[in-house]
Amino acid sequence: MTTPVAVVPRATVKLASQARTTGGRRLKTRNQILLQLLCLLIGSTVLFPIVWIVGMSLDPRNIARPDALIPPGANLEAYGRVLARPTLNPVSFFQLALNSLTLAVVISVLSVGLGVLGAYAFSRMKFRGREFMMLLILAVLMLPAVATVGPLYISMNRITVGDFRLGGSLLGVALAVTSTQLPFAIWNMKGYLDTIPKELEEAAVVDGASRFQTFLRVVLPLATPVLAVTALFGFIAGWTEFILAEVFVVGDPGQWTLAIALNALVGQYAGSTPWSTFAAFAVLFALPVMVVYLLLQRWIVSGLTVGGVKG
Amino acid sequence: MTAAAIGRSAGPRRSWRQRTATTRTAYLFLLPALLVMAVVTFYPLIFQIYIAFTDFQLKNLRPTAPPANIVGLQNFTRILDSNIVIPNFDFLRVLTFNLFWALTNVVIHVVIGVAIALVLNVDGLRFKRIWRAVYILPIAIPPIIVATVWRNMFDPQYGAVNQAINATIGVLFKLPPFQLDWLNQPNPILSVGPLVLPLAYFALLAANVWLGWPLNSVVATGALQSIPRDLYEAAEMDGAGYWARLKTVTLPFLRPAMLPFAIYGFVLTFNLFTLSYFMSGGGPFGQTELLVTTGYRLVAEQHLYGVAAAFAIFQFIILLVITLATNRLARATASYDS
Repeated sequence: MTTPVAVVPRATVKLASQARTTGGRRLKTRNQILLQLLCLLIGSTVLFPIVWIVGMSLDPRNIARPDALIPPGANLEAYGRVLARPTLNPVSFFQLALNSLTLAVVISVLSVGLGVLGAYAFSRMKFRGREFMMLLILAVLMLPAVATVGPLYISMNRITVGDFRLGGSLLGVALAVTSTQLPFAIWNMKGYLDTIPKELEEAAVVDGASRFQTFLRVVLPLATPVLAVTALFGFIAGWTEFILAEVFVVGDPGQWTLAIALNALVGQYAGSTPWSTFAAFAVLFALPVMVVYLLLQRWIVSGLTVGGVKG
Repeated sequence: MTAAAIGRSAGPRRSWRQRTATTRTAYLFLLPALLVMAVVTFYPLIFQIYIAFTDFQLKNLRPTAPPANIVGLQNFTRILDSNIVIPNFDFLRVLTFNLFWALTNVVIHVVIGVAIALVLNVDGLRFKRIWRAVYILPIAIPPIIVATVWRNMFDPQYGAVNQAINATIGVLFKLPPFQLDWLNQPNPILSVGPLVLPLAYFALLAANVWLGWPLNSVVATGALQSIPRDLYEAAEMDGAGYWARLKTVTLPFLRPAMLPFAIYGFVLTFNLFTLSYFMSGGGPFGQTELLVTTGYRLVAEQHLYGVAAAFAIFQFIILLVITLATNRLARATASYDS
């Protein structure tokens, strides 16, 4: 599941910066030092697993005993092994990453595209069954995706075109994950669209634009921030999806994603996992998500903090 | 909400024809999303109810296969009697563990999250922004990586945890190398009725606390920054010290923000698949198995689709009860506040 982040537009994000300027009191030096030590302690517990795994990935001994941040004889051999052949199957890391990337992009595009249309209807139109539909979509948020994976797999296996079986393809996975992303995407984007002044659209309508044109030309450009964040969450959900991908395509190594391969990597040696290979794999897997997340951090965190205040 | 206002401002009394036209347009906009959700979520949900009363298995999966046999309530009774193929399965034990797991996690996450937010909110503390940026890191790591990395850290031979203990306590007291198998220690630490807590539970707890407090801290920080400063100044003029101000001003203001988030966290942790599945593998002897991982094993490993569907229905009922109960809790506290 994705992190619950409400994206709130500019006007409300000021809070944090306001609060920062108001605190100007001096702290006693002794307290300052004690608190800094405390922060350092907390920081080291946060960073420890991350440093550990990076250190292990550089360790040439292929055991997990990194006794220093940069172990003796550190090299990138483990990365080479991972890139060449991450699992026992003849599938390259590149192929796995490409599958994960495709899955992530498709989910990202679908959840934004389908979601924003629905969000627009909920935000701007009063129609029969509106409340019921909104509650119906919200109810889906409650269900863990795992709980319907059985019947989903069965019904998707019945959709076949020639040799193609939806239940055995990444496309099936993409549709399934998109559906789990949609409720949050719709609600979150609706909340944002609600804050865009209606007068802008009315002006466009006066100029003779149709409903769909105003949606495309006026609303969408103004909603860019929330579209970006929804896309990001869709991307992360697709990049890290395991459960549905494993059930759908585990029988076909050519369609494996990074998550499936990681599971196979940890499991295949029954207790004697090649830990530095694993570590290199984990770093390569986590890196894109971390980079994107940290780049957009200010955005996401400010949305989150304001969401917290509102709750 | 603004949504209702915008909807209404379209005109208080519009003609029937106009309304129908809007309804048609609205459903055109909703159609693509509803189509996907109908195929992927709603249809399987209904299909699930039918399958729950059959003995659907792997052999029924092919499109040309004969339909599965109706077996009545057998799947449901098998689950309640803990008579499914998964070894060491005990419905009451798994449910108890799952509830205890979610509850302990959320309490610890909220307490640590609020405490650290308070530290970072101290006036005049330097490097606040750096610390906040560092503390958010666990959220940015894919959960599947978090689970596997922590599994490695609890490895009896090569794990960081045992090595850290050896390097500190072991060296200090000259003890022989410490090789505790955290995740597979067979004897439970605590066993009271249906509640069985193996050592692996505490390992999972440690990992999930590492993962869970930062988000709570972010939410608490936001709530802290929204507290009007004059309240503190007023309290200070009344002679209230730091702890008194914390009790009378800070904590009452934090509650309305933290409670909904804690409830959300409870449901999230209750259904947290990754740690149990990838870190402990549900072991030892299925003692750290959750409802979600059990349901997944029924589908992915056992291919008992009928039993899995019945199991999912139990999950829905349990989640529904939890939601209703927590909603009541939230409302009760809200009225207490006002």
